[in-house]
Amino acid sequence: MSENNGEIKRMMIILSKATLENVYAAFVLANGARMEGIDAEIFFTFFGLEAVHKKKLARLHVATVGNPAMHIPTMIGGLPGMEAFATSMMKKEMEKIDMPEVPEFLDILSASGVRMWACKLAMDMFHYKKEDLFEGIEDVITVGDFYKKSEGAGVHMLFI
Amino acid sequence: MERTIAGKSIAVNEEGYLTDFKQWDKSIADVLASEAEISLTPRHWEILGYLQNEYRNEVPLSIRKIGKSGVVDIKEFYQLFPKAPLKTATKIAGIPKPASCI
Repeated sequence: MSENNGEIKRMMIILSKATLENVYAAFVLANGARMEGIDAEIFFTFFGLEAVHKKKLARLHVATVGNPAMHIPTMIGGLPGMEAFATSMMKKEMEKIDMPEVPEFLDILSASGVRMWACKLAMDMFHYKKEDLFEGIEDVITVGDFYKKSEGAGVHMLFI
Repeated sequence: MERTIAGKSIAVNEEGYLTDFKQWDKSIADVLASEAEISLTPRHWEILGYLQNEYRNEVPLSIRKIGKSGVVDIKEFYQLFPKAPLKTATKIAGIPKPASCI
């Protein structure tokens, strides 16, 4: 940690999930970095791509099954409508604390200079095209490209 | 604690934010801006005025609110106050550092 006194210069965030709580975690961390003068980039891979897929990004849900912190029994969490219900509850609370919804948040990230990339392998797997994605996605890149972009002192990588 | 800014003794906290907005004036803003390597243009002043108004009205500041202010968009805000714009701009404006994560 003696390098730059451990100063964080850039956060490289990998988002692999599209549940609302994970997407928000990635977005808040990226935006918070920019607010502190730290560079931030997000690599969207696997289900994380849904957070930047134009037809899906506005309709992400909270996970109600397999999430003990929701305090909903798994059997009930799996009932029809539970995800939508939990999501609308969460969105109400988010608005109260001035948390933007996903489409607005993406625009904020873009305007704040967060660089965003889509994973080529996952794009191929889901048969997505770059035109399907939010305009703020700069390019579709490989894991190798992402590592290359992560070179340098004070760069930290985070997997969500 | 106290520090001398533009020839005046000013109360600041450990991060250098003014603790008494009444002590703020434009000469102090000029000094704090040059410390942040920013030379203030009329556009900067407009935004500083907006931030101070929000402070007077006790509106908590966030990047999202800046974007919706109609005074400046987020992109330009980052261009005018590079690095940490909200932290830098509030310091120059002589108001407290916002506690927002968004």
